[in-house]
Formats: sequence, structure tokens, C-alpha cells
Amino acid sequence: MLPPHGGTLVDRVVAASRKEEALREAARLTQLTVSEDLAKDIENIALGAFSPLEGFLCRDEYQAVLRKKRLRNDLPWTIPIVLDASPQELNGTKEGDTVAITDAGKELVALLEVEEIFSYDKQEFAHEVFGTIDVAHPGVAKAFALKDLFVGGKISLVQQSTDEFQRFRLKPIETRVLFKEKGWRTIVGFQTRNIPHLGHEYVQKTALTFVDGLFINPVIGRKKTGDFKDEVILEAYEALIRNYYLKDRAVMAVLRTEMRYAGPREAIFHAIVRKNFGCTHFVVGRDHAGVGKYYAPYAAQEIFEEFPDLGIVPLFFKSFFYCRRCESVVNEKICPHDSTYRVDFSGTDLRERLSRGEPPPKEFLRPEVADVLLKWKDPFVE
Amino acid sequence: MTIEIPGSLFERVEARIKGTGFQSVSDYVVHILREKLANEGNEQPPSYTKEEEEKVKERLRALGYL
Repeated sequence: MLPPHGGTLVDRVVAASRKEEALREAARLTQLTVSEDLAKDIENIALGAFSPLEGFLCRDEYQAVLRKKRLRNDLPWTIPIVLDASPQELNGTKEGDTVAITDAGKELVALLEVEEIFSYDKQEFAHEVFGTIDVAHPGVAKAFALKDLFVGGKISLVQQSTDEFQRFRLKPIETRVLFKEKGWRTIVGFQTRNIPHLGHEYVQKTALTFVDGLFINPVIGRKKTGDFKDEVILEAYEALIRNYYLKDRAVMAVLRTEMRYAGPREAIFHAIVRKNFGCTHFVVGRDHAGVGKYYAPYAAQEIFEEFPDLGIVPLFFKSFFYCRRCESVVNEKICPHDSTYRVDFSGTDLRERLSRGEPPPKEFLRPEVADVLLKWKDPFVE
Repeated sequence: MTIEIPGSLFERVEARIKGTGFQSVSDYVVHILREKLANEGNEQPPSYTKEEEEKVKERLRALGYL
């Protein structure tokens, strides 16, 4: 089995036998309430999806990630995992203290051993991570809205959240056991934030031809307006898998994290997370984790050249389309016909058809998937 | 930190990286070393115990994955 990033699968979950004690301790501590996105980061750290991180980045580590795209020990890491707070919220908290992290409902999530509290440059953060300081970029807008201080330190998860996607929530240790039980030695991870059209199926099955198993891993969390709702994506994928995939060759579980829209940097981050889940290969398509026109179409593939030590094999795909002459899904490398035969997988066109209650053409979506989408009154994030 | 390499090797690397994305011989050497180190010890035994594995399998069966 491929080792996790950094060699060890992190486990920062408070043992059941220590939970009562942790709850008692938390009641005496300063409480820091975090957003849903940060609560998800905490779970991902604690359960090992963000291995080797054991907590939120301290200053030196943060700067190394920002400027070198690596942790201080030279391990590739491209997205700063940071906890922002205001001086008022910290309420006199000093380095060396422990604080209780709570969610919006004031329920205890984790304990944080505060190692460092530091200020940072928001403009530098945005520019390095997103390659722009344009506030029309959703990641930049979020970066500029962060509170003024970062708090670094190890976390200990006390209470795991529950949600309506519970049956799709697998920890890295669980996917690793699952892959082993299925007898898969090579596994390709497929990141998605979209419903599956025929182009996705083509990419997944092409990749699957060369490995033992396919791990479909939709991102569940904050997305931008106009994206498909999480529940719609999952239901659509269930319909696809049930009707068009071999049960012993494809599994799906969710990744609970926000989309950062950091393009190339996020592609590396996504690959690292899938490596922690036990994947040996990772699909990187056109404009992976991109938004608008902020990144060159294949920048998210080119960045992999900087990381020969990533420890997971990227599989690069060109953009794909349906060719009426070939009568199949193809890409520009394999189809000799001109654009008059092309049916592009246009999200805008799909949205328009769905809003009219009109089924998309069969060259675009499997009918079972189309049925799922048409069943929803409003399948999009508002 | 400085590492010595033979002058002739330096020249070969210098010629090799012309027209590529590598900015210097150092960049290239770092790239090769990272690649080499990453490829060593790739296969590792799982880091969980038999007992943990059984508990995991139980959940996977309950969820329909196994």
C-alpha cells in the first residue's frame, strides 16, 4: 500500500475514553468559534486526510507553503491550512495556552494547543495562492475577509460532525482498508464538484483501464453560486455507478472541504489528499479547480512538473467532447473531425435545458442521470 | 549549503537544462534528488492494527462498501 503523504497517517482524534475529560477541560477554556469550512479542515487534519499536518500552520511553515509550495521539511504542500481569528476572539490567549474550538452552534469540535499567534499579509496570501489579488475571484475575496491573525498549533478532535451524507463519509484509514479488501493495488482518484456527464465517464473509464480501481471523490462543501448542490451530485453519481460501472471496480465517498478555486496549487493539494486516501493515481483535467479565466487551461497539469516527489501519479486529460462522426466521446488528440461534428459539454447549455425541464441530449448525459437532475426543482447553489 | 559535483558533470547538466524550465544546475539537481528520494520505500505495510482493521471492515460492510 502506498504510504500516506509524509509516511504516517495522522490521527488526532481524542480517544473515546478521554472524551469526557476533554469536554470538562473545554468548559474551562477560552472558546473560539469557527466557520463550517474550518470545522471541516479540523476533521480532515484529525482523520488524516491532510497528513502530515497535525494542526494549523505556524508562521515559518505558513511562509514556506506560501513561497516554496512546500513544508519546511521539503514535503510538497501548496495550500496554507490556517485558522484566522481576531484579537477580541482570542481574548488574551497566549502561545502555550489551549483553546476550545466550537462550531456555530457552540458545540465543542476540538482542542487547539496554541503554538503561535501571528499576523500576515493578506495581499501576499492572495497573490501567492491564487495568482491574483482581484476580489472578483472567490478565493481572493475570502482571503481579504479573513480576520487579522493566524493561530497555529496542533488540534485534537473531540466530536465528529454528522450530516445527511454520513453513508458517503469514509476516513482515509477506511478507504485504505476498502482498497485492500477489494484487492486493488493501483487506484485512480477522481475529484469532482459537478454532476457526471459522458465526458467525465469517458475520463474515469479511460483511467480505470490502466489501474485496478476507481475512487470517485466529490467535494462536498461551500461552492459558488450556480454550481450543482451536493445532494444532486451524489444522487446523479449513484445513478451512474448503479447503471454503468462494475461494482467491484468503482467506489464513491465524499471529501468534505471547501473549494478554494486555487487552480494549479489546489490540483496539487487535491492529489495529496487522494494519496492519503490510498490512491496511487489522480486525474487532472482541463482547468482543474479553476474559476473564470484566472488560470491557463492546462496550468493545473504543468505545475506537477515542479513536484517529482509528490508520490502520486497524475493522469492528464485534454478537454473532451462528443463527436457525431466518431459517435463517441473523444478529445482533440484522437478525433480528426472538424468542429461542426462536435457537441461540447457546456454547463450553461445544461442549466438552460434543465430550467426549461427539457432532458439533455443522450450525447451529453446518461438518461438515468438526466432523470435525477430533472427530478430536482432547483438543483443549483443559490 | 554547498554540495560539490565534478566540473564535467556540472557542464553536462548546464547543457541539459538549456531551453527547459530549470533556472539553474542547482534547481535540476534538487529536482532529481527529490524524485530519487520519493521513489525509495514506496511500499509500506499498513499502519493500523488488526483490531482497527476489523472495526473498519465492520463499518464498510454496514455501509454496503464490502
